[in-house]
Amino acid sequence: MIETRTEKKQAFQAYLDEFEAFAKRAPGADTPWMKQLRQEAFARFWELGFPTLRDEDWRFTSLAPLSARTFRLASGVKGYHALTGNGTAPVAIDLATIHRRTPAGVGARVVFVNGRYAPELSKVDHSDVGRGTVPSPHKPPQASSEAQKVVVMSLAEAIAAGHPLVQQHLAKHEDYRSDAFTALNTAFVEDGAFIHVKRGAVVEAPIYVLYVSVGNAEALMAHPRNLIVAEEQSQATVVEDYVSLPVGQQDGSDTPPHTRLEAGATLFFSNVVTEVVAGQDALLSHYMIEREDESAINVSTLHLQQARNANVDSHSVLIGGGLVRNNVHPVLTGEGADCLINGLFVANGRQHMDNYMKVEHAAPHCNSRQFYNGILDGQSRGVFHGRIIVHKDAQKTDAKQTNRNLLLSDGAQIDTKPQLEIYADDVKCTHGATIGQMDEEALFYMRSRGIAEQEARRLMLFAFASECLDRMKPGPVRSWLEESVGGWLPGGTQAAATE
Amino acid sequence: MSTPILEIRNLHAAVEGHEILKGIDLVVRPGEIHGIMGPNGSGKSTLAQVLARREAFEVTQGEIIFDGKNLLELKPEEVAAEGLFMAFQYPVEVPGINNAYFIRSAVNALRKYRGEDEMDAMDFLPAFKEKMKALDVDERFLNRAVNEGFSGGEKKRNEILQMAMLEPKLAILDETDSGLDIDALKVVAQGVNAMRSPERSFVVVTHYQRLLNYIVPDYVHVLAGGRIVRSGGKELALELEEKGYGWVEEEAAQMAR
Repeated sequence: MIETRTEKKQAFQAYLDEFEAFAKRAPGADTPWMKQLRQEAFARFWELGFPTLRDEDWRFTSLAPLSARTFRLASGVKGYHALTGNGTAPVAIDLATIHRRTPAGVGARVVFVNGRYAPELSKVDHSDVGRGTVPSPHKPPQASSEAQKVVVMSLAEAIAAGHPLVQQHLAKHEDYRSDAFTALNTAFVEDGAFIHVKRGAVVEAPIYVLYVSVGNAEALMAHPRNLIVAEEQSQATVVEDYVSLPVGQQDGSDTPPHTRLEAGATLFFSNVVTEVVAGQDALLSHYMIEREDESAINVSTLHLQQARNANVDSHSVLIGGGLVRNNVHPVLTGEGADCLINGLFVANGRQHMDNYMKVEHAAPHCNSRQFYNGILDGQSRGVFHGRIIVHKDAQKTDAKQTNRNLLLSDGAQIDTKPQLEIYADDVKCTHGATIGQMDEEALFYMRSRGIAEQEARRLMLFAFASECLDRMKPGPVRSWLEESVGGWLPGGTQAAATE
Repeated sequence: MSTPILEIRNLHAAVEGHEILKGIDLVVRPGEIHGIMGPNGSGKSTLAQVLARREAFEVTQGEIIFDGKNLLELKPEEVAAEGLFMAFQYPVEVPGINNAYFIRSAVNALRKYRGEDEMDAMDFLPAFKEKMKALDVDERFLNRAVNEGFSGGEKKRNEILQMAMLEPKLAILDETDSGLDIDALKVVAQGVNAMRSPERSFVVVTHYQRLLNYIVPDYVHVLAGGRIVRSGGKELALELEEKGYGWVEEEAAQMAR
């Protein structure tokens, strides 16, 4: 990818223009530390520029679709009116549209449309949730109601209200100085979910965070930023779900994303950063569901900061998006921390899905287990890059990594790369990757029992995908995924049944 | 005489251009048990695979009529739905699909093909568990992936279990006895005998006569060099056991000349 200085300057000028306009109206624009953070982050983005194929961490993923375009900040477009070819038209997103996408059994729901909090589409029942009222840190804790257990609110409101945890944690864990996307996101920190699970709180119902990207005549970008603070001994489940609502399809019909790729589709670029701070003995499950259409570019970075004995599950289910980069970055800083990094990616057409794991063991006696399954059809391309870093003092580390891939067509491609950097001497690290086709013997076996070929293929794909779902804790999110995944797989039309 | 369930006429079949079956004629009528014996490489398994419609086996000549239909025009799943079952010599592992779900899917695929209502888990499980018990299949295998981690004997019993659930008109047992100890062999034979009926036929492919002590055939055919070189009653099996296959191979060589 050769990029002249002028081109770079032009592309970056657009980011600078957007940034200057944004910095004036941003939440916390007058708060000195926020202002400084955004400016430093933008300067860092300007210096770094987007990575190229020469960058070892981006060897298999070209960012040409990104660097060739300029993007308007979606939240700068008034309301969620979308610009159509004929000018501005309001986009009707009603609750029914949202309900169709929401898994049954979730608790609080926070909805963002084009990067902005949409309170009328959200459902946060607690008195101190979503209204910008910040509980005083000096108030004595009362463990009686949900309201005291967890705060779920818009980050913009938490910033505006000067929530102390925001200053304490925002941009303190995932380093924007070393990554252009994190720098860009940090420069444009505006909104997202702020979730504070208090000490000892057990939040049963999953907290659902929905990002809706609405198509537009011009390319748009959003930089969702989530901050999840799970205090000591707390328990919670958080789901981030990314969906598209293209212009002209506001009825919200759930066409499988693979069928939607059209030439000249508008682009929506989401650049997400989620920082999770898991306190001692906290138990947290995080789900990242990417099911935007193929005009979406979705780069997400999940940082998991884990204290002593914190137990965090990260589950990624990627079935949509044209160009997807899924960064998962657990940092095990306390002894006995445990992390499960589980993922399923299903690509078809010309989709490109890049999974970049960077698992840092920074304390002794920590476990990490990575399992990623990829299903690739059409001309799609998948990447799994599993990096494990065991720091000097992280003795007795037990790190495991498995990446299994199914290629369903001659045109599909997968690059899988383990990378172990071990600076301690008493550790156990294993890794393995497989790439294969559908097992023809097993197919014949099933057909010889009367199961039609297409059904046999569907069952086998479902079984392969289920390996990932089986690692999720039983509950509403897993049930919803089990019901939905059949329809997301190549050749799948309806939800598959399981015993 | 009743209409044959299976009629094979002058069947020639090849694998990767090598002709393996060189003109097989065989008629199986309802209720009959045919034993097919022969030395290794004689084409026994090829015959079974051709009947199950495995693609790698190319029929170059001849025809197969199964229950009045041209079997060579049917897909593997259609052959199964028409009522032909093959117990695999090497049952295949299907990771991630649980055994009960797999067998129920198969049962329902067949019912659907015949225009019958599908069975739900509530109807299916009691019947399934009963047959498992009869075949001495551990209930642990109910929810394990198909054949995954099963011992050789367990895999073979699982084949017979599937046969019992699918209730075929014709079952081909492809060396179901290989690798079985005597107790497992008896269980398998019991399972087969329990299914004998005037409407159901069996073709038992085996290298050894031993299985035919327990599943007593009406006819025995000796396959060698891709042809049936001798046919007779059950006593032919005993003769083979006594004399070995040497003379059969000689005979086949002579026929080839």
